[in-house]
Amino acid sequence: MDSASDNLKRTPLHAAHVALGAKLVPFGGWEMPVQYTSIREEHLAVRSRVGLFDVSHMGQFLVAGPHAERVLNRLLTNDVRRLAVGQAQYTLLCHEQGGVVDDLIAYRLEPSVFLLVVNASRIAADWHWIETHADAPVVLENQSDATGMIAVQGPAAAQLLPAFADLPAFHSRPGQVAGVTCRVARTGYTGEDGFELLCAAADTEQLWQHFVAAGAAPCGLGARDTLRLEACLPLYGHELTEQTTPLEAGLGRWVAFDKGEFMGRAVLAKQKEKGVNRRLIAFRMPPGSPPPRAQYAIWSGGQRVGEVTSGAPSPSLGVGIGLGYVAAGVTQIEIEIRGKLHTATMEKKPLVKRKS
Amino acid sequence: MNIPNNLKYTKSHEWVRVEGDTAVVGITDHAQHELTDIVYVEPPALDSAVEAGKECAVVESVKAASDIYAPVSGDVVAVNEQLGNAPELVNKDPYGQGWLFKVKLRDPGQVDELLSAQEYAAHIGA
Repeated sequence: MDSASDNLKRTPLHAAHVALGAKLVPFGGWEMPVQYTSIREEHLAVRSRVGLFDVSHMGQFLVAGPHAERVLNRLLTNDVRRLAVGQAQYTLLCHEQGGVVDDLIAYRLEPSVFLLVVNASRIAADWHWIETHADAPVVLENQSDATGMIAVQGPAAAQLLPAFADLPAFHSRPGQVAGVTCRVARTGYTGEDGFELLCAAADTEQLWQHFVAAGAAPCGLGARDTLRLEACLPLYGHELTEQTTPLEAGLGRWVAFDKGEFMGRAVLAKQKEKGVNRRLIAFRMPPGSPPPRAQYAIWSGGQRVGEVTSGAPSPSLGVGIGLGYVAAGVTQIEIEIRGKLHTATMEKKPLVKRKS
Repeated sequence: MNIPNNLKYTKSHEWVRVEGDTAVVGITDHAQHELTDIVYVEPPALDSAVEAGKECAVVESVKAASDIYAPVSGDVVAVNEQLGNAPELVNKDPYGQGWLFKVKLRDPGQVDELLSAQEYAAHIGA
């Protein structure tokens, strides 16, 4: 083992991954499985049946108290007042200039108790941001290390969680699964139906083994990335950074301008009114083209108009696909791959739609 | 891991089979196993000159694009056209149908500097 991996954090499922023969790689400060058998096979298992992901590296913050709702509504772009107990929403944490500090899911667990599930690579940044920008006293608890989290994703996911088959999308409730006390949420990052389960770190392996035994295919971060790319779900550090805004990323649906003042509102309102200078587009390559990759240049009419933020061969479509920022108004694009321009076609998001 | 005795190898995981004055080049079983799911192969241009140790082709898996380094110097006299439609042959048959290109050797002595099967096995810890 090299010295770089000595500093990496491990999830409660590390031993289980090694036992399954996973290939482990560094990701956002964590040593994570990138694949068990093949990214393609794992990807297709999720699209056709059901796959299982270790997402214990993600962060969990509890925000509670009589001021919690108001504090979160000043920090997040979506309107947490719309959340009933048991409901969840996609939302963004922005700074004053409208740039994205993180994207996350906010859950209302009880009238004055919220759970924020944040990106692993942003745990420290988010924590610092919320701590220093909360404008009223709240109870803020970082439960990331104490919490294990797995995702069960795919059209057959509900068959493995019959007691939660009635749970609507973006809802959660506490319960028992395989003898483990956990919170089950109808959320995910694959574009398929599915669940995310949160439990005590020490119970994660029991939950994991239950789903492996039930036939869910263990899937690594490689498949997670191609699945979310086909579904056009943004990845922090690629489509979203502190230099990009939710409107540029096409996430205006999750910015509640009608809720009153919030961090970044002035800049975002101006972008909404005047339009954005660049926008996130989805595209696909013709058959036979090499796949696009992050940081490849995007050209249009002899001008460099943008850059690919994520790209890969799509296991579902059999062609290269990507996401990237281009100047507003651009409708025809070419991707520069190893010095050659390859025509790509801009497509509506998502690139792959859920079948049912 | 399959490491045929009759081939020569590089530390960057290419193999070479000498046929007269020509070297057939591919990637090793270990390399295809590490890459998995090869979806695209960009061979060097026919008739172009490649230099030992320099990148000359690209193999793309689902996850990433990987450079292939020329094990020997010379002119490219053939590329495996089959890989255009069937890049997965590199995974299925890395030492056979999955070959990448052929080089007319400029200096046959270069082959002797490559790793033996035994040395390559030690290199990858097999």
